[in-house]
Amino acid sequence: MTTTIEPPGLISPEQPGGPDGHAAGLQHDAGDHPHHEGPTGILNWLTSTDHKVIGKSYMITSLVLFFIAGIMALVIRVQLASPTSSLVSFQTYNELFTMHGSLMLYLFAGPFAFGGLANYIVPLQVGAPDMAFPRLNALSYWLYLGGSLTMMSGFLVAGGAASFGWVAYAPLSNATNSPGAGADLWLMALALTGFSAIFTGVNLCATIFYLRAPGMTMFRVPIFSWNMLVTAILILIAFPVLFGAVVLLFCDRHFGTHIFTVQGGGVPVLWQNLFWFFGHPEVYILALPYFGMVTDIIPVFSRKPLFGYKGMVFATMSIAALSTGVWAHHMFTTGVVLLPFFSLLSYMIAIPTGIKFFNWIGTMWGGSLSFKTPMLFSMGFLFAFLMGGVTGVLLASPPVDFMTHDTYFVVAHFHQVLIGTAVFAGFAGFYFWYPKMFGRMLREGLGKLHFWALFIGFWVTFMPQYAVGLDGMPRRVAAYLPGNGWTTLNVISTVGAFIIGASFLFFLANLWVSWRSPIPAGDNPWDGHALEWFTSSPPSHHNYSHLPPIRSERPTWDYNHPDHRTIHTGKTPKVLPDHEPEVEPAGAPS
Amino acid sequence: MPTSVIAVKAFTTGSPAEPNRSDPPPSGESGSPERSPAPGSRRRRWRRWGVGLAIAAPLALTGCNAYPSYGASRGVTTQGQETFKLYSGMMTTGIIVGGLVGLLILWTIIRYRRRSEDMPRQFHENVPVEILYTVIPVIIVGILFAFTVLTENNVDAIQPVNATLTSSGQPVVDVTVTAFQWGWRFSYPDLNVSVAGETTNGPGNHGPQMVVPVGQTVQVTLVSNDVIHGFYVRDFNFSRYALPGVTNRFDLNVLHTGTYPGQCTQICGLYHSEMLFTVRAVNPAVFTAWAHAEVATGHTLPLSGSGALNNPPPDTHVTNGSGYNTPAQAKGDQ
Repeated sequence: MTTTIEPPGLISPEQPGGPDGHAAGLQHDAGDHPHHEGPTGILNWLTSTDHKVIGKSYMITSLVLFFIAGIMALVIRVQLASPTSSLVSFQTYNELFTMHGSLMLYLFAGPFAFGGLANYIVPLQVGAPDMAFPRLNALSYWLYLGGSLTMMSGFLVAGGAASFGWVAYAPLSNATNSPGAGADLWLMALALTGFSAIFTGVNLCATIFYLRAPGMTMFRVPIFSWNMLVTAILILIAFPVLFGAVVLLFCDRHFGTHIFTVQGGGVPVLWQNLFWFFGHPEVYILALPYFGMVTDIIPVFSRKPLFGYKGMVFATMSIAALSTGVWAHHMFTTGVVLLPFFSLLSYMIAIPTGIKFFNWIGTMWGGSLSFKTPMLFSMGFLFAFLMGGVTGVLLASPPVDFMTHDTYFVVAHFHQVLIGTAVFAGFAGFYFWYPKMFGRMLREGLGKLHFWALFIGFWVTFMPQYAVGLDGMPRRVAAYLPGNGWTTLNVISTVGAFIIGASFLFFLANLWVSWRSPIPAGDNPWDGHALEWFTSSPPSHHNYSHLPPIRSERPTWDYNHPDHRTIHTGKTPKVLPDHEPEVEPAGAPS
Repeated sequence: MPTSVIAVKAFTTGSPAEPNRSDPPPSGESGSPERSPAPGSRRRRWRRWGVGLAIAAPLALTGCNAYPSYGASRGVTTQGQETFKLYSGMMTTGIIVGGLVGLLILWTIIRYRRRSEDMPRQFHENVPVEILYTVIPVIIVGILFAFTVLTENNVDAIQPVNATLTSSGQPVVDVTVTAFQWGWRFSYPDLNVSVAGETTNGPGNHGPQMVVPVGQTVQVTLVSNDVIHGFYVRDFNFSRYALPGVTNRFDLNVLHTGTYPGQCTQICGLYHSEMLFTVRAVNPAVFTAWAHAEVATGHTLPLSGSGALNNPPPDTHVTNGSGYNTPAQAKGDQ
């Protein structure tokens, strides 16, 4: 037996506590009606330190921001559907694409994953009663909400919101070229949400390292939680650099420094180095959680264990390690970076990513696949990310980057990557864990309509953008010459964007129907694998009243299918005892 | 074309029961499969079709032309053509690899869809296969990287700065391109010519024009004095930042006469969308005549020698610090 059963006292260094400090351990009678002695209703949402409440707050906030940013995208697409549209002015257009990118990347894709789903699911998956630092977790959310409102408030000030693109290249972002308060609000929002991310990163690391249930060794942690651990480490590497860069830019703007301006002896390209040293890990901070969701979903709907579990873990770690050394592939056309080095490292990311693809295929291979909505969205992710990934390999080549840099080819590439991950995989995760979070099912029919509309809209929107980019259309332009011949492709792309927009009406309808006439989900509607499917839906206040034996990465499956247990070769014995005693949960005084 | 042969063979030998509409393959081993029924089961036939399609589709694409364009320009400069070949080769590789993976996913989805409630075999690893699909990407990436480095060295190679002749005795034409909010200045220090133009509204206006000779090396010195701009000409398959504080140099060897649209690609403020220019490539004799005419009309360098590099072009409108120039302001001083 290699299982380590740690004494309960050692694995709960921080006692999770509600506002009244009642929670010294688990509620032993926790069931459908937990004894949660804190406030209820709106006051509970405002004061709770429960990871489940905070996770739901994160998810609701980030989805609202997702819809706002999506509406901005529709305005952008209408503007581009004709060569010289006067729907919005150039200034408004610049604000719109800046805020569309900023909301989607800083305020939706990241927080939805590591603040929303991870906050909710990771403690459940590792068998913890809460995050390691519940109050810090609450602070993360409120910093995130405050930062989001700060960024949005740019639309209310004179001069409008930030309008220099989500990358804020100096010297366009300095006080001379972007004097408005919108730019300052944008920078402050990055500082606030950056700290929110850092605190969540600390919390996730501590939770996964210290609050795992007895028997939950690191190589039995589900891949979603593994990916969140690696993401959290990347957050701790990347976000402090962003904060430093933001402070320096703020000093340039207000305190007369010349860090990023040539006139005072500064170096504009330093901003790009600092920003992308954050920005490329950030791409994987956005992607890895979603890889993790898909990696948890595919085995469940294949009725098989994950193929190549350890390969998946090492692939994730390789991607994370490489992602800290590829930032200058965003800067190939600056003429001041060492091209072969950054090109080679960028290429190398394709290798662990390819391993992931084959592991996903290997998981489905020989399985019994059922295409419920979460699985459908996961398949959408596979195809979308395959396309975005293949075009990404092209962009790792500096000469090909020279010919496509800052054109719609790149726009199409990263939208396919990010929609593949944050939207396809993100909604796969949402449909997958919604029954756990709310104890009720989403409708399959509406879910499938949502998927197919999104899937069709996705290809209609972004495939023409590759073509128009190769035909020379630069990104971030509000108008183009009618003689360029880009109109037809842009019209197709705009139609696709509206199909994507319409697909979310099915999603909202689904939420509405589920809310109005609930179908109870039960504890384990999908025949799930990981620990979260062992507890009630929604889980009680401190998640578990008892735990199954944890002998593999899918304890719930092993418990429910004694004849088909996950048996790993190697150190773990092949023959398991028929009846193992259920162990007490972490942190429970007995 | 050998690739087409493979493609045809993959099709014809993979689908014995299908009527053979294409020409018989040139090699003699086709052996009239049309008359004899397929020996395998229906599923095996299906599988052969799938394999045949997977191999044939990309090969059929590449079979017609060694370098299919895939929507890109084939390039009108020697550098652009090099880049195009790399792009085309990588795109072909991408279509083959991505296509195979995509078909594999699709096939897995169809083949292993749930048809009964039988529990599938609970396997979770296959070390030889895992090693195989780790090693193959390493090889592919290694090959792509090798081609990238070769192309990159050719595209980035430049003549020595201030060289007037190449090693083979061809003249080198120096052009200093100054990008500014919002327009371009094209200075020819050796010819005392300087052309500048700001962005102007309205359909049909393509901005200032950079005139270059074909068949000669044009060395571009790219600078900016305000914010970052992107010098991009689609038909050159090339872009480079005009970066404040950095002097970027690159060579262009334009091969064909013509007028090629260019545009700023890096967001540079309000009129980024209208920061257009064109490149007109002409024969050397026409180029010399054009330079004389420009000097005669007074389009000369504002300052002698290399001073033009360091001073903002005189017709750059001065931003008033607000950054929110009205269209009238922005265009009033041209």
